[in-house]
Amino acid sequence: MTLMQNAITAAPLLSVQGLTKRYGPRIGCADVGFDLYPGEVLGIVGESGSGKSTLLSCLAGHQRPDQGRILFDGADVLGFSEAERRRLLRGDWAYVHQNPRDGLRMGVSAGGNVGERLMAVGARNYAAIRESATDWLGRVEIAADRIDDRPSAFSGGMQQRLQIARNLVTGPRLVFMDEPTGGLDVSVQARLLDLLRGLVRDLGLSVVIVTHDLAVVRLLADRLMVMKSGRVVETGLTDQVLDDPQHAYTQLLVSSVLQV
Amino acid sequence: MIEIQNLSKSFTLHNQGGVAIPVMAGAHLRVGPGECVGLVGRSGAGKSTLMRMVYGNYLAGAGSIRIGELDVVTAEPRQILALRRAVLGHVSQFLRVVPRVPTLEVVAEPLLRLGVAPDAARARAAELLARLNIPERLWRLSPTTFSGGEQQRVNIARGFAHDYPALLLDEPTASLDAQNREVVLRLIEEAKARGAAILGIFHDEGARDRVCDRLVDVTGFTPGLAA
Amino acid sequence: MTDQAYNFAYLDEQTKRMIRRALLKALAIPGYQVPFASREMPMPYGWGTGGVQVTAACLTPDDRLKVIDQGADDTTNAVSIRRFFQRTAAVETTERTADATVIQTRHRIPEQPLAEGQVLVYQVPIPEPLRFLEPRENETRKMHELEEYGLMHVKLYEDIARHGEIATAYAYPVRVEGRYVMDPSPIPKFDNPKLAGNPAIQLFGAGREARIYALPPYSDVVSLDFEDHPFTASKADHACDLCGAGSSYLDEVITDDRGSRMFVCSDTDFCASRQAQGHRGRLSPQGATP
Repeated sequence: MTLMQNAITAAPLLSVQGLTKRYGPRIGCADVGFDLYPGEVLGIVGESGSGKSTLLSCLAGHQRPDQGRILFDGADVLGFSEAERRRLLRGDWAYVHQNPRDGLRMGVSAGGNVGERLMAVGARNYAAIRESATDWLGRVEIAADRIDDRPSAFSGGMQQRLQIARNLVTGPRLVFMDEPTGGLDVSVQARLLDLLRGLVRDLGLSVVIVTHDLAVVRLLADRLMVMKSGRVVETGLTDQVLDDPQHAYTQLLVSSVLQV
Repeated sequence: MIEIQNLSKSFTLHNQGGVAIPVMAGAHLRVGPGECVGLVGRSGAGKSTLMRMVYGNYLAGAGSIRIGELDVVTAEPRQILALRRAVLGHVSQFLRVVPRVPTLEVVAEPLLRLGVAPDAARARAAELLARLNIPERLWRLSPTTFSGGEQQRVNIARGFAHDYPALLLDEPTASLDAQNREVVLRLIEEAKARGAAILGIFHDEGARDRVCDRLVDVTGFTPGLAA
Repeated sequence: MTDQAYNFAYLDEQTKRMIRRALLKALAIPGYQVPFASREMPMPYGWGTGGVQVTAACLTPDDRLKVIDQGADDTTNAVSIRRFFQRTAAVETTERTADATVIQTRHRIPEQPLAEGQVLVYQVPIPEPLRFLEPRENETRKMHELEEYGLMHVKLYEDIARHGEIATAYAYPVRVEGRYVMDPSPIPKFDNPKLAGNPAIQLFGAGREARIYALPPYSDVVSLDFEDHPFTASKADHACDLCGAGSSYLDEVITDDRGSRMFVCSDTDFCASRQAQGHRGRLSPQGATP
């Protein structure tokens, strides 16, 4: 029972309370709260305009919420200075964009893309940087001999895997993902999902993943948060929310999807 | 180990006029360590619903489901996740895996999640797959392409990979040939022998008679059907 | 004779004061790019309008001005800027590094070590060293503010990955006083060590981009590198074919269409001074070294 004890006594890594973001009179997201524990994957689902992307950008520090608190490892992130916030974004946090072009430097080689975060935190040994980059390319199943190729020469799936390697190389504890399988073919999606699952398990990552694809969260997320019109309408274990949805909207969402 | 008290459940179909369908009321059940309890009752009586509630897959309306020290009905999601990882195993009828993942990894995964060393986890997975007569040449392939019987055996191997103190078995011997059925029954007997509490649905009467210590008829918990 | 139609050194006094304020701020924050209200000058951008404005703001009637382009006093750009100030400021000019009080330069630092009291003014085409990898100006400013300089090493990483060594040969980025990363203008990296601990005041003017930055005397200036690929101030592996100097920066000159070439000091004053002292190179008209 020790594992159970650990899981239950650990403090949340990310604690969000009353998060609200308005765009003038329109609500981006309202009164969102949750706790994310180490090693947990939280899926946020909802249709376009449900506020899931607004929520993610507020969480990741891309936008400033109007109200609420975000505690990371006990520290009030919204009270951070710009310098502290950006240090977080290149150290303990990572952000995987839907479009890999937004998260990669397209004019820089694969190795340079992976190495950038290392150099940003002070790595100054070329051989060591290159070794880490090679190791990480391997972990995301990119052949070592592609290390000096630019991402523009990669397929969409490879670009996305490269973006993940670039994000994880500094060992972040919390990863935000915005529709990471969005633009990919189904077969490529499966490979990426498998990869992500393995990385989450092996590195003990905590993940907040936003998607409209219920199949993705079924396979990746431990817990689910369903959003509609900027508000959280239902939360729970992923399989419980998908198999026994309580809220009218979730029932509609689940029943609208071909077998997940 | 598993103790259910006064459990009830209804489904509310919001998109069909908000109709509420009560499916269970006043369910009581107890499974001790080393005991196997079989759920019986005609189709639709709520055997699977009850199993799913015990696993936390369906939300209970009222009552309690204690597994060890945790009440699944009131537990936090992460507590249920921890319970599923370490305490409560589940062999369902359907194999749900990420496509492309090799069979050996599928079976080893519950152990890897528990932090077992990869080599040890894979060795245990290989042992179970061999016992369940999955040819070694298939271990590197994804089970999504396997036959129904093979998928079922992969699912069983995965469910027995870790020595869970409590186990839920949903028709574990369905679609198996005699030889493999025998292997599965032995696995269940071994689990009982090491003290696991098992709650199962067995349509295979021979299997039920052999491994179950008691039977519970869920018809008694079904609103409108109770005698 | 000053051309009476112009104010001293062409710019009006208010503009010079504005530029001096920017220069003082730049000297106070070594390596930091100070915006200034760059003026239209009677020459095209790319011809040293930033350097000319800085020089104009620094000149006094007593100054002696030297102007070099690629180390040479006699190239078009150097000649026309020198004439410009002769005409608008009537200052004395010189080709001798040691005699000059203000030296405006494009692409070189003189070989002759500078002394206290001298001012070296660089013409800068692109002041932002991070632009190569991050084109967004607001983002590069933020990176300077927060000392996020990992990107600069990405550029060097790319060099090594592609060429096996840091191939950046000019405009080699430096870190000033452990704080700002600075583009030293397109001087050869051979000159980088002269940026550090230099007794002269070094001023950098970018006209098109309206930025001024500076190194006060004796600044700490470090060329960026990797532990296992340290910075080296390289030059062509030859001696000057005219003066025989073995440690000066050389230009390669093609002398015919059959592949013949010669190497000569890019610093014409340095080379001429050495020849006047009797030093000879491989192709000196008088033949071998006496």
